[in-house]
Amino acid sequence: MATRRVAALTGAVLLLGIAGAARATERLGIGRPATEAEIAAWNIDIDRDGRKLPPGSGSVAQGRAVFEAHCASCHGSRGEGGIGDRLVGGQGTLATAKPIKTVGSFWPYAPTLFDYIRRAMPLNAPQSLSADEVYAVSAYLLHLNGLVSDETILDAKSLASIRMPNRDGFVPDPRPDVRP
Amino acid sequence: MSDDAPKKSPARRRFLAQGAAAAAGILAGGGAPGRSRAEAAAPPGIPDWMKEPGADVGSQTYGQPSRFESGLIRNVPKGLKQYTSASSRTPLQDLDGILTPNGLFYERHHGGIPDIDPAQHRLLVHGLVETPLVLTLDDIRRFPSESRIHFLECSGNPGFEAIKAGRTASDLVGLVSCAEWTGVRLATVLREAGLKPDARWVVAEGADAAAMTRSLPIAKCLDDALLVYSQNGERLRPQQGYPLRVLLPGFEGNMSVKWLRRLNVTAEPAFSREETAKYTDLMPDGTARQFTFVMEAKSIITRPSGTQRIAPGFHEITGLAWTGRGKISGVQVSVDSGRTWQDAALQEPVLTRALTRFRLPWTWDGQPTTIASRAIDETGYVQPGFADLTAVRGLNSFYHNNAVVPWRIAASGEVANGYA
Ligand code: HEC
Repeated sequence: MATRRVAALTGAVLLLGIAGAARATERLGIGRPATEAEIAAWNIDIDRDGRKLPPGSGSVAQGRAVFEAHCASCHGSRGEGGIGDRLVGGQGTLATAKPIKTVGSFWPYAPTLFDYIRRAMPLNAPQSLSADEVYAVSAYLLHLNGLVSDETILDAKSLASIRMPNRDGFVPDPRPDVRP
Repeated sequence: MSDDAPKKSPARRRFLAQGAAAAAGILAGGGAPGRSRAEAAAPPGIPDWMKEPGADVGSQTYGQPSRFESGLIRNVPKGLKQYTSASSRTPLQDLDGILTPNGLFYERHHGGIPDIDPAQHRLLVHGLVETPLVLTLDDIRRFPSESRIHFLECSGNPGFEAIKAGRTASDLVGLVSCAEWTGVRLATVLREAGLKPDARWVVAEGADAAAMTRSLPIAKCLDDALLVYSQNGERLRPQQGYPLRVLLPGFEGNMSVKWLRRLNVTAEPAFSREETAKYTDLMPDGTARQFTFVMEAKSIITRPSGTQRIAPGFHEITGLAWTGRGKISGVQVSVDSGRTWQDAALQEPVLTRALTRFRLPWTWDGQPTTIASRAIDETGYVQPGFADLTAVRGLNSFYHNNAVVPWRIAASGEVANGYA
């Protein structure tokens, strides 16, 4: 285990030298162990499969109210954009000369919507919405994009099960790709 | 005099009181009547600032540039819809050398600039580690430290369409800066927590209002990545992530998460909004390249450059080159609209993943022409022209535009963007 890790460190080990490499496996005793509760409170990043989505739920109807109260001033009443990005439409435009990248046309994973809105929106008051409100407004945005019906109630399981249209639209980095 | 004019010492006040006439002359700000300051300073004149003591030692407890340099400021775009998620650029054309003064370092924030009390700030390291850790800033400064000079560059520098709109070197590629960074190797901190065998990514999160989140590949984390607390000798500025940030040399700037508060070691990337909806490169076929981390070789002539005006005669052409893949091995300059290219001289030291200054002496004959530079890095990669780049990537990929920037010089000596 220790040797495997050292082998993987090629660049770093060369610089540190043999003594450094040996020392590298020793703990310096800096910092203190984190508690479960501390980790749980801060551990907010949501994976693309939505396994880490929190409890709670919200409907499209509730989401419309959240959106009108907290989002429409910047994103437009139907998500058409304003001070903030356009959030709706654009499906089928990615391969054209004027691509429109939105939640509906470009985002590959629905759980990312929960992750981003919870951590960063509304721009002027991030981390102010409850989990229920974030589910609701996510449902509303997905509905505006034609991806769920207006009856929909989203929770961890149902949000994770939504297949976004551009899910398979991403490719790895092939660079260097340009020769003069 | 500027508002923060240095205090005068008692000795100096006495001195001034001795001759009312002399004092009146000095306070009026002129030398002999009818002569401007400039004339008094040029031979045979003796300038005023030699005829009275200057400002007191320590009159500025944190030194500021000369008041005559007040025009040297960040290039802040005007008229944006909001300035919470926006950027400002380094005035590259007005700087010398390779190091960017901290106050002029470029900015790109997504949730404004937080005002963080370092005593309250904590870094949490958790996920696929043996011992999850909470670290204070004091803890982090106890780790073995390292200082290195590296550039940092925003991935959209400039966007593809923006390359035609920029007027100055700063407008075009001012989202790059370079500093000496001091901190601890990220590998050291991860080893302190103890990586589990399936650790492949480290999800870094900022303590700003965007809670900026990027997934860092483990190989980079264990290679040259740093956790930085100082920049050019002093603590990080709030705009650059005070009190703690990630630095991934040569990778797109957004990954060097500022105001760092959390490192979650994972088996998979987070696929956060900033690595799906943004910072992915849309191709003409509608697919988007993802995890395009490295900033490829780029260069720009900073003098003469856009909006400057030159006269026929001798000019030193100078500029900056850099590459995320290592060292710059050469810079070629054309002064005849791309027909021929000559090697520019590189200023030593040429450092890995740092700005590199190049120079070429040139005499302008007064005929309209176009000058341009192209960088070559140690992997043999040559900076492409815009046409070559867009032939492969189209016009809508936005990020990672590293095309050659040509400057057109008119018969009047006016220098302008060659793409405009
Ligand atoms: C004060 C203006 C403002 C308000 C209010 C606001 N936003 Fe935003 N929003 C923005 C801006 C600006 C951005 C772009 C931020 C960036 O790129 O860094 C953005 C980005 C987004 C994005 C990402 C779009 C994309 O394709 O990447 C989503 C989703 C979003 N907002 C949802 C919301 C929701 C939901 C609310 C209400 C709960 C909300 N916003 C409220 C200004 C606002």
